[in-house]
Amino acid sequence: MPKGIIGKKIGMTRVFINGKAIPVTVIQAGPCFVTYLRTKDKDGYEAVALAYGERKEKNTPKPLLAIFKKANIKPARVIKEFPLKEGETLQLGQEIRVEQVFEKGDLVDITGKSKGRGFTSVMKRWDFAGFPKSHGHRYHRAVGSIGCRTEPGRVWKTKRMAGHYGNETITVLGLEVVDIIPEKNVILVKGSVPGAPNSIVFLKSSVIAERRKGKLKLQKSKAAYAQT
Amino acid sequence: MHHLIREIEQKYLPQDIPEFRVGDTVRVHLKVKEGEKERTQIFEGLVIRIRGSGLGKTFTVRKVSYGVGMERIFPIACPSIQKIEVVKRGIVRRAKLYYVRNLKGKAAKIRELKEWEIKKRAQESEAAKESNGQS
Repeated sequence: MPKGIIGKKIGMTRVFINGKAIPVTVIQAGPCFVTYLRTKDKDGYEAVALAYGERKEKNTPKPLLAIFKKANIKPARVIKEFPLKEGETLQLGQEIRVEQVFEKGDLVDITGKSKGRGFTSVMKRWDFAGFPKSHGHRYHRAVGSIGCRTEPGRVWKTKRMAGHYGNETITVLGLEVVDIIPEKNVILVKGSVPGAPNSIVFLKSSVIAERRKGKLKLQKSKAAYAQT
Repeated sequence: MHHLIREIEQKYLPQDIPEFRVGDTVRVHLKVKEGEKERTQIFEGLVIRIRGSGLGKTFTVRKVSYGVGMERIFPIACPSIQKIEVVKRGIVRRAKLYYVRNLKGKAAKIRELKEWEIKKRAQESEAAKESNGQS
């Protein structure tokens, strides 16, 4: 099985587990199909490419269409490579479902594209404090000073200023899998996930599960959700 | 809200919630933990507000005890609620009864529904449910 899956963010709600209200994001994950395989001999690394979503044949580029034809699957909206779990092999065109990839209590990293916010000023973009709203102030939300005088005589590189904000790829690490509902291809993840509803998100088994604190978190999350 | 979220919330919603509206008087049986022991506490009062939907729905119950007004907000799916009983059905013309906070004694009383009115209301809610199911 691959170490991840592709899904669509549906929205948020809350669930009550063990007497606690838990904020969850509902993600429709899979079913995905194996599109092609990367092998050690040919490509230098092991991976599996999954396809998710639907796309009309006439809107699919011909080279992609050939790949889908080879795997004997319908044209999909997204293709993404994931590493394989140790010592497992997959067939082309095989169906991958959420419950095969994750179980309750697992930690996942979720990658998505954040909501685009356009040209944004520093208060929203960089959490600057701004200036007083009253007491004679006529300068409220703008940047303020951006540097010194003759020394250094220029503005430092990477100085935080207004500009385009959002619409960037963001990964959140170590979200807990609260519930999986196989018949609806739905996974509930604790906390929020980047992106607008209906946007594509990638779920991967978490990198922090290997770390010391991540291990503790995994233990706790298993204890809380594995039985429910 | 997305239909999938609605469906998922059904799984987590308690099934035995009675139907009640703003203006009704309810008894809420609560599990209260005191150290090791667990006991049931009853909070009885007037429902002055119902807000939200699905699992995020909450209702506010107001009661006056020893001359002091007291309000508690309960999530409808709260696991520490054991049971909700409807004691009285009241007739009100507002969705939020904040005005009762300023009233005392007899003025704060809500007119109760008569038998035939309760029946009519039940029928109405049935009809509403059916029409929802169709659409």
